[in-house]
Amino acid sequence: MGEKIATRNAYGQALAELANQYPEIVCFDADLAGATMSKFFLEAHPDRFFDMGIAECNMQGVAAGMAACGYKPFTNTFAMFAAGRSWEQIRNSICYPGLNVKVVGSHGGISVGEDGATHQCIEDFAIMRVIPGMTVLCPCDANEMRLATEALVNYDGPAYMRLGRLAVETVTDTIPGYKFELGKGIQLREGKDVTIIANGMMVQMALTAAEQLAAEGISARVVDMHTIKPLDGDIIKKAAEETGAIVVTEEHNIVGGLGAAVAEFCSENCPVPVVRHGVNDEFGRSGKAPLALKAFGLTPEVIAEKAKKALAMKK
Amino acid sequence: MKTDKKTLALTAAKARLLAVQMVYEAASGHPGGSLSCLDVLTALYFDEMKIDPANPRDPERDRFVMSKGHCSPAVYPTLALRGFFPVEELKMFRRIDGHMSGHVEMKHVPGVDMSTGSLGQGISTAVGMALAGKLGNKDYRVYSVLGDGEVAEGQVWEAFMAANKYHLDNLCAIVDVNGLQIDGKTCDVMPTEPLDDKFRSFGAHVITIDGHDFDAITAAFAEAKATKGQPTVILAKTVKGKGVSFMENNAGWHGKAPNDEQFAQAKAELEAAIAALEG
Repeated sequence: MGEKIATRNAYGQALAELANQYPEIVCFDADLAGATMSKFFLEAHPDRFFDMGIAECNMQGVAAGMAACGYKPFTNTFAMFAAGRSWEQIRNSICYPGLNVKVVGSHGGISVGEDGATHQCIEDFAIMRVIPGMTVLCPCDANEMRLATEALVNYDGPAYMRLGRLAVETVTDTIPGYKFELGKGIQLREGKDVTIIANGMMVQMALTAAEQLAAEGISARVVDMHTIKPLDGDIIKKAAEETGAIVVTEEHNIVGGLGAAVAEFCSENCPVPVVRHGVNDEFGRSGKAPLALKAFGLTPEVIAEKAKKALAMKK
Repeated sequence: MKTDKKTLALTAAKARLLAVQMVYEAASGHPGGSLSCLDVLTALYFDEMKIDPANPRDPERDRFVMSKGHCSPAVYPTLALRGFFPVEELKMFRRIDGHMSGHVEMKHVPGVDMSTGSLGQGISTAVGMALAGKLGNKDYRVYSVLGDGEVAEGQVWEAFMAANKYHLDNLCAIVDVNGLQIDGKTCDVMPTEPLDDKFRSFGAHVITIDGHDFDAITAAFAEAKATKGQPTVILAKTVKGKGVSFMENNAGWHGKAPNDEQFAQAKAELEAAIAALEG
């Protein structure tokens, strides 16, 4: 376990660095460069950075036009205004023609904290993954975010990636055999009784929950599912067969997100109990981020409880 | 490619006949706004734009975005007559076994530069293409046709703020001001006038013309090209349903197909116009 850094910072720095070797990368923001961390790109490559003002819908369309001319645009704003405000532009101007635009939504989830419900996007995975052909990502730490950003540069097609506001511990750099691949989940911890599937900052909490469960004699596997779509069915099937119970944890509404995607897959391919853990279909609230997370039950303790619930449902 | 005025008029008349025919055969589509903007499209594709039907993805080509994407019956016949694909393919319009979607679509139709249909979105993509041209030091130009009902979409104004910020003098938007939209007169549904003052205040060079006068259209394109440091908006005053007597100035023909009898009459009128121009 290493540095503590927010995934938005890791992304901003990675994209600015990648732009040195990829002259076709262009970067857009909608007046939030200092928060989304596209400011690193602005500082390094001002000629390829375009601040489109507080006009997210136009930003996605302009990016689509640049992609149609061979550039690799990355658009940046808060998750709420990317996935939310400009959803239809993303669908019709980017995804329908299959254009190579990377839509990056920073400040996803409850951990936005003090800004409150209008800015705490807990619907982005759901509304992005329902668009045909869309790839949806939520990496968990700085190491994974750097690798994901590079993978997106080399992937030709539309994608949405969520970034987090809070500094989080880097965990994936010390996992033996860790390898990042778009659309492939990664087993971070072996376990035989139950599997915890997580993305974003819930991955770190899932690892802590697995420690807590181990102290009670429960062996919990932890799978880092950084790609929500396309979903890695193989790793889910293996978990279902080998552990027989799954809990999915995400900083998202339990409706429509990763938990729903895993439940959809399991019900058709490997029926086992799938317990969804996340925000229980309610809006967020203002508060300091750790307290807000706690208020919504987004803690290792609640993940462990949900894991025990899944375990109890096992036949 | 430069084309004389008489040939442009003849080409536009032929395109109008194909437009009405494809809507008739599909038994659905949008004839009114397609007929109104067809003189502008003909002038673009047969006189103004630097394009090569044999190389539709040429990176150096001029681009066109039909922001009012329902006017596919204007775009597809124009592309067919220009040689991007055989005229016979227009029969595949709006068919489940065809490749010509109801709204303009770039993935399967050669010569189409952007998929459109959701109003207000096309002009943003045109701004993106113009911005790409500036960034890459290309000398291509980008053209986009919008409807005068479409400009009620806030995204249109977001797009023009950006075009102004980046001094996109390689962008020329043409608003097809036919004064009608689905629910009635644009001035009743949602008044968008004064369009000239609005676009001027958003940083555009504005030219108002008769959108059925080829001399005026080509002169406006020349003026747009000579305008530096800002985008140009051409307000083309047109007649919705132009060329078919019973469709002219009638909002009811926004998105309706003619029946057998109506098609026979429209065909006769347009064939007479073609014959007169050929004579």
